[in-house]
Amino acid sequence: MHYLDYDWLIFIFRYLHVISGVMWIGLLWYFNFVQIPTMPKIPEEQRPAVTGHIAPEVLFWFRWSALATVVTGLILAHMNGYLTDALAIGLTDHNGRSAAIGIGMWMGLIMAFNVWFIIWPKQQIALGLVEADASLKPAAGRIAMLFSRTNTMLSIPMLYAMVSAQNLY
Amino acid sequence: MKNPLVSLPGTILMGLIILVVMVVVVEAIGNGGGGM
Repeated sequence: MHYLDYDWLIFIFRYLHVISGVMWIGLLWYFNFVQIPTMPKIPEEQRPAVTGHIAPEVLFWFRWSALATVVTGLILAHMNGYLTDALAIGLTDHNGRSAAIGIGMWMGLIMAFNVWFIIWPKQQIALGLVEADASLKPAAGRIAMLFSRTNTMLSIPMLYAMVSAQNLY
Repeated sequence: MKNPLVSLPGTILMGLIILVVMVVVVEAIGNGGGGM
């Protein structure tokens, strides 16, 4: 390996992919393991500190780290030469590694779609970041919560797929 | 039936079930060309 050669660039993109992914899934788990279960226990008058200050900041890093994870991941797969076989979940090359990384990639893509096109728009309504009728807020909050939970559910097999493709196959 | 995603343990359980199904699928696809 030489610095700045192709293998080194692959390594750099893997590194960027991992740190973006850690931030994304870390914040996803913060929402699901910490914020959502704790909110009902917080006194009503203190909740605006979370909804008005912490949650919008979390959502900023959450959605951009999700995008960065997808972009660096797709570049990494292309540089490694397995993007097409992975997107075909190994059905083209009958390789367990392509199947594992491919299923993980599709789960990641679905999760990123959920972040940008469902969770973020619904959270903007629920948190009052955009103009919306107050009666719409509870439903928007529930949909955002359920899709956040969907992503948490998918993160468990997705991370197994990513790590097993790297280490088992 | 209650949506399992409403609770955190239900969410984790569903994730583990998907994980097991996924491993079976990956092994089935990979058996044509190696696998573990």
